[in-house]
Amino acid sequence: MSQTSSTEEKLDHLKHYFVDSDQQFEASKMGMWVFLVTEILFFGGLFVAYIVYRSWYPELYLLASEELDTFWGAVNTAVLIGSSLTVAMAIRSAQLNQIKGLIINLWITIGLACTFMVIKYFEYSEKFAKGILPGSAYSYDGVEHEKANIFFSIYYMMTGLHGIHVLIGIGLMIWLVFKAKKKVFHSGYYTPVEITGLYWHLVDVIWIFLFPLLYLID
Amino acid sequence: MATNDSTTNVKRLQVRRYKPEENPETHYLNQEKGLWAWLTTVDHKKIGLMYLGSIAFFFFIGGVLALLLRTELLTPARSFMDADVYNQVFTLHGAIMIFFFLIPAGPAVLGNFILPLQLGAKDVAFPRLNLASFYIYVIGALFTLFAIVTGGVDTGWTFYTPYSATTGGNVMAMTLGIFILGFSSILTGLNFIVTIHKMRAPGITWNKLPLNMWGLYATSIIQILATPVLAITLLLLTMERALGIGIFDPALGGDPVLYQHFFWFYSHPAVYIMIVPGFGIISEVISTFSRKIIFGYWAIALSSLAIAFIGFLVWGHHMFTAGQSSLANMVFSFLTFLVGIPTGIKIFNWLATMYRGSIDMKTPMVYAMVFLFLFTIGGFTGIMLGALSVDIHLHDTYYVVAHFHYVMMGGMVMAFLAGLHYWWPKMFGKMYSEFWAKVSLALLFVGFNMTFLPQFVMGSQGMPRRYFNYIDQFQSFHQFSTIGAYIMGVAFLLMAGYMLHSLLRGKPASSNPWGSRALEWQTASPPDLHNFHHTPVVINGPYDYHKPMSEFQLGIATSHNGHHAGEAVDVSKTEKEQA
Repeated sequence: MSQTSSTEEKLDHLKHYFVDSDQQFEASKMGMWVFLVTEILFFGGLFVAYIVYRSWYPELYLLASEELDTFWGAVNTAVLIGSSLTVAMAIRSAQLNQIKGLIINLWITIGLACTFMVIKYFEYSEKFAKGILPGSAYSYDGVEHEKANIFFSIYYMMTGLHGIHVLIGIGLMIWLVFKAKKKVFHSGYYTPVEITGLYWHLVDVIWIFLFPLLYLID
Repeated sequence: MATNDSTTNVKRLQVRRYKPEENPETHYLNQEKGLWAWLTTVDHKKIGLMYLGSIAFFFFIGGVLALLLRTELLTPARSFMDADVYNQVFTLHGAIMIFFFLIPAGPAVLGNFILPLQLGAKDVAFPRLNLASFYIYVIGALFTLFAIVTGGVDTGWTFYTPYSATTGGNVMAMTLGIFILGFSSILTGLNFIVTIHKMRAPGITWNKLPLNMWGLYATSIIQILATPVLAITLLLLTMERALGIGIFDPALGGDPVLYQHFFWFYSHPAVYIMIVPGFGIISEVISTFSRKIIFGYWAIALSSLAIAFIGFLVWGHHMFTAGQSSLANMVFSFLTFLVGIPTGIKIFNWLATMYRGSIDMKTPMVYAMVFLFLFTIGGFTGIMLGALSVDIHLHDTYYVVAHFHYVMMGGMVMAFLAGLHYWWPKMFGKMYSEFWAKVSLALLFVGFNMTFLPQFVMGSQGMPRRYFNYIDQFQSFHQFSTIGAYIMGVAFLLMAGYMLHSLLRGKPASSNPWGSRALEWQTASPPDLHNFHHTPVVINGPYDYHKPMSEFQLGIATSHNGHHAGEAVDVSKTEKEQA
């Protein structure tokens, strides 16, 4: 968006308190980056809890991690990385004024995000059936460690919060599709697509840390 | 509006002087009418005023609770409330004053009102987000009120586990309320950072940024870095109560000291969220009323950032007696002393600014001087508490209570009141009575010291904090303290009185009653809904009192205020170019 002012530039999106489109775009993008910093610190608390308990009970993590299904975890990782690619392609389409491509890429991303959630649902229900429930409801005795419940508490908190972020991302992208169908976006204005893309990449990156830390340590 | 020089990339602006309109008939308070227009406004000034109303309400509630506590402590045994009620009252006093008054007082009230004005912007970068943050605050407040009416909370404002995971009452509603409130604080910080980076008027470079902006910038950094950690901590605590996840509860195999680390990683930086905006306000007030350029601009600006940075590394000093390793204790103690350095730098620079200035003892300036006096006492006693051997003796005594009140009330509340009196004419276009303001200030000063000085003595003699009963030897201290609290109550009632009088019958204020050079005073009082009718252009620093006022009232000469970059350029050529 660094190129300015062709004569027929559309300015419907420009808020009155900004001087020009560039300033508005830069501000929105910076706002999203700052928000992502807060997200990292939000998850950072959980990562610290993970690290603290892992340094106290390293053997607990090795034992309990065997309960997690590495295959489906890997599939989910691939799904999310793929969705990051398609969301980047959606932004590219918007930059090139290809609104149809934008909508298609958003739908594929939404589809992949839903795939992720479905796989997660099956993972959760398989654990619930075994009695691996969060918190004091934990009743599984397949992990020979007195603090096994704490590992799964951390697991559920981390993946659960991440899952909520995926759901929010799905909602945002459905909203973008509606906006795109109303012809709101064009090569001169696609800020919401860009910043939703940034958010989606963060959701992806957090999973890329969660997957090895939880699934691959056994 | 701007031409690109053929060789360099210098923008050239045609400017002219815009004298601020005096006592305008239409301004932001009357341009939109009705309650609905207020509730849905995206104007930063009105949102600031809505925050002001809310925190005034909570300050009143918190203050009444404090007076109840002090009244109960008139006698060593039970006076009129039970121990359980007493626990709930001090918890609410702390939680309300910290989360609902002190944290929003700096950024959300005065910051919201002043920040875009000082930057010469029409609004913050995300006005709707700003309104959303206000409603998030309201929702958080409703949760807390719900917690109060459904059983109360008796954990103290720190919600330490395991007690908070097992006690009765409605801890969950309270922590969820504060969790929600945190997002309000995060969004305000985010908005300010982006606004300061992207929305400065032409000419406001980083070295012409008012120090109030540096203060708010440092505060915003703390808000966005620390508050998410509080959010996750309180979420984990809520889950601890709801599901028993066992991370903090030793009965389930968890670690309560881990909770303290998590909590203080936020809550220590949070005290800087409360006080650093105060530093910004004091810089403005002292320079304005000394009629002198601020001494050590960069020292004050960067020390705010230094405090924000070091503030993240000292949280362990709250746990000297909680079984931390002695090495960790030593490191945290050392880092705690380090915070004193940037704070000291500020105090000395303010004193140097006043030195040989022509000081005008108006109410905001007297507040600033009271701040310097009380905050210095608060700061030095903080250094004593940071010393390991002394802290073992003083930990959890009234000494800590007195220290905290000297920093927060003697520091932040005085700075906030300095700012409120300073910007009051800009907010409402009315003056208040100098005489009654000074009477109230004198009462406040006397009452404050009567309340909290005896607490230092009591604390060092071993009176523990949060106790419902005490032994007879402390009774005279407690009674003295209570009388001081009543005097403060009278002072605040008086203040409410003259401020209300000012709103209804106050004399109209001029656009710049203090003769300040800062940008917010170069527009009408009260300002227009869009702050300025022109795009301000800044060529001098905000404290250049040696330069004429006319140089501070410049704006872009064209009518379209810098919008519509495609329009024809109307900069007249210089003589050299014409030749």
